[in-house]
Amino acid sequence: MSAKLQLRLMVAVLLLIGFGLTAYKVVVLKFPLTPGEQEQVWTVQAQLRFTADGQPVRAQVNLPGMTQSLYVVDQGSAPRGFGFYVEQSDGFRRGVWEARAPQGDVRLYYQARVYASGGVVAKRPAPDALPDPAPFAEADVEAANDILEDAFRYSADNTGFALRLTNRVFNDITDPAVTTLAGDKAKTADRAALVVRLLQSAEINAAVVRGIRLDKSERKQSLATVIEIWDGTRWQVIDPVAGSVGMPDNFLPWQTGDEFLFQVDGAKDSSLTFSVIRDQISSRSLAIEQGQSKGVALINFSLFSLPVDVQNTFSMLLLIPIGALVVVVLRNLVGLKTSGTFMPVLIALVFVQTELLTGLILFVTVVGVGLVIRGYLTSLNLLLVPRIAAVLIVVITLYLMLSVIGYRMGVEAALSVTFFPMIIIAWTIERMSVLAEEEAMWDVLVQGGGSLLTAILAYLAMTNREIAYLTFAYPELLLVVLAVILVIGQYTGFRLSELRRFEPLSRGE
Amino acid sequence: MIRFASPFALRRAGIVGMNRRNVELIAQNNPRHLYPLVDNKLITKRVLAEHGLDAPTLIGAVRLTGQLRDLPAFLEPHKRFVIKPAQGSGGKGILVVAGRDGEAYLRPSGVAFGFDELARHVNNILSGLFSLGGKNDVAMIEEMIDFDPVFEGYSFEGVPDIRVIVYKGFPVMAMTRLSTAASDGKANLHQGAVGVGLDIATGRALRAVQFDKPVTTHPDTGADLTRITVPGWDRLTQLSARCFAATGLGYMGVDVVLDRQKGPQILELNARPGLAVQIANGRGMRPRIDAVEALLTTGSAPSSPDDRAAWAKEHIAPL
Repeated sequence: MSAKLQLRLMVAVLLLIGFGLTAYKVVVLKFPLTPGEQEQVWTVQAQLRFTADGQPVRAQVNLPGMTQSLYVVDQGSAPRGFGFYVEQSDGFRRGVWEARAPQGDVRLYYQARVYASGGVVAKRPAPDALPDPAPFAEADVEAANDILEDAFRYSADNTGFALRLTNRVFNDITDPAVTTLAGDKAKTADRAALVVRLLQSAEINAAVVRGIRLDKSERKQSLATVIEIWDGTRWQVIDPVAGSVGMPDNFLPWQTGDEFLFQVDGAKDSSLTFSVIRDQISSRSLAIEQGQSKGVALINFSLFSLPVDVQNTFSMLLLIPIGALVVVVLRNLVGLKTSGTFMPVLIALVFVQTELLTGLILFVTVVGVGLVIRGYLTSLNLLLVPRIAAVLIVVITLYLMLSVIGYRMGVEAALSVTFFPMIIIAWTIERMSVLAEEEAMWDVLVQGGGSLLTAILAYLAMTNREIAYLTFAYPELLLVVLAVILVIGQYTGFRLSELRRFEPLSRGE
Repeated sequence: MIRFASPFALRRAGIVGMNRRNVELIAQNNPRHLYPLVDNKLITKRVLAEHGLDAPTLIGAVRLTGQLRDLPAFLEPHKRFVIKPAQGSGGKGILVVAGRDGEAYLRPSGVAFGFDELARHVNNILSGLFSLGGKNDVAMIEEMIDFDPVFEGYSFEGVPDIRVIVYKGFPVMAMTRLSTAASDGKANLHQGAVGVGLDIATGRALRAVQFDKPVTTHPDTGADLTRITVPGWDRLTQLSARCFAATGLGYMGVDVVLDRQKGPQILELNARPGLAVQIANGRGMRPRIDAVEALLTTGSAPSSPDDRAAWAKEHIAPL
């Protein structure tokens, strides 16, 4: 079979699989083709880590509850070698993993999809007894009374009392009464505990609620705190950060009062970390996905089944083929000259992190100054490897100077220079410098300009919301990209630049 | 005003573009494992010698720094020679010794220099200063060409060579590149060198271009470009055609220089020759490639290189 025929066959198969899977998802599974209107959807993940030494292990993690504004759907976690179930008793839910004899470093994941729509909130029973707080020490009584009396005077009911008290403890850092009770360096958790203790000593039932504030994607999310009080007729939430009454819309409660956050029996060195990914996907599509997630292999073996932090990585990785496609088109169809084949893609990835304009200015500055210094190194007649190593050190020095000078001058954007991969920058400088010597400065400008243009177009493609959505929701479209690249790989027609280059020959003699 | 041709017009004109060159001419005709034959000039030299093809005689090669001690005695009988890196690119690292003055060596300009400077140059070659990617290299010492005066007055700097494109053993197109002040003495057409297309049948200048525009005289010397006729053209095309059997490369650029006494000498071979030759000739390469392919499918293609060169003169030149 000739190479050409093989290629055509392969391209046909790739297109069939790529478009076939996409069509199946769209038609049968009812995936939308566009990201749609952006409702807030988060995937929250708790990672429980511990070291097991062959003993039977029972690991429990308190699970998040719904609120008036957040709807939570547990996603079955399928850890290898562990049994998992959700234990539900009055008022709390726990995820429980059990294994007879696990070994070594174990990571267990609990995932939940959280939607910004009304959740089902179980009605919590009224407290059955008055609180029984630990009394304040002799030295602290006066300060405590000062705060309590002040709060009492400026409020009409339990809620107002609690709000006034919370605001004082959280916001007035220099308040001598507060520093006496909580210390100078009190953390949020300490202050919350103090508020609860004060409230309880005023015979108000109160508890600290810890949870996650859902905002942007975050690999390592720390726990935030709100305070819950019984106002005599119902449970109320006070947000100490906003200084307001009522559950914050984006607060996902995870642990209330004396409940434990997690507990691992039979192992040691346990820790719990949280990460959050904000999806670009409409909640509608996710609802479909959740509905289908039982028994559909295509989804069970999809990106969405991976831990969230890995998903974050892949959403970036999946964009690289798009950048590569841009390079292929510009080099082989347009005939643009670039310095280094895929250097523009790497630069585009940096632009994604630094914003376009900042990235461009930093890139041109570093490469420009680098070229000047490299021009001097030429006169020293250095061997290749020491020369590039020298350029590398020059590049790092430039990073340092740009960061320090930029930061001193109040241009914080200069700090993002460190996103540029140093080795790539060093090689770019080296290649352009050789080009300037062997050809002319003009060729450096042509290639440098071509590289930047390619990087900008790749950046625009990679940051396009629709493209980002398609690559992430339909990774099988990668095969289509592959097919297109294979076809271009055998394209023998003219490049756009050649229509210009050979134009004089087309007019005939 | 930038003018663009339509792809159809270029196709009609038989132009070969970069993509076609890479996919059809190079990838299908030049197996990768043959590249070292032409990328390492020392190997090229050996292969050419094995096939009895004319090239500047190799005097010797320096592979190790230790050999430098014996070099003065070794060079004693040779008055005129050239030292160059075996894997150099772009004509870098070439040292020409045009004569002697007692112990000292003389540059073509008449400036004298001592052995220590020559030794340092050889050392730089060995340590890879001039080779692609900085690989360690070998310094070749070969006889200096006694250039034929045919190109006198046609070049701003240096002596031009003649590039013959050989497709599957048939010389299909030829040109010479003349450096100018605008090209800074370099032989690159896009930097302003003059490209002169040579008739594959006669070696006469067909036309000359600088910056894509036809010219009739050299911009610096004023020499009449239309009068260029390369002497010994038959031998030159035959020599080029023979390189196919020697290397096996189906699409190849053969760079030839003219020696006053010995005639055409192969300077180097190129496995990825560019497409500027089409601009210098004012016509596309494709009809010529197709003619060769058509001849090959008939099965009656001439098998000897001399016959192939003769066939090309008769059938390819008019295309």
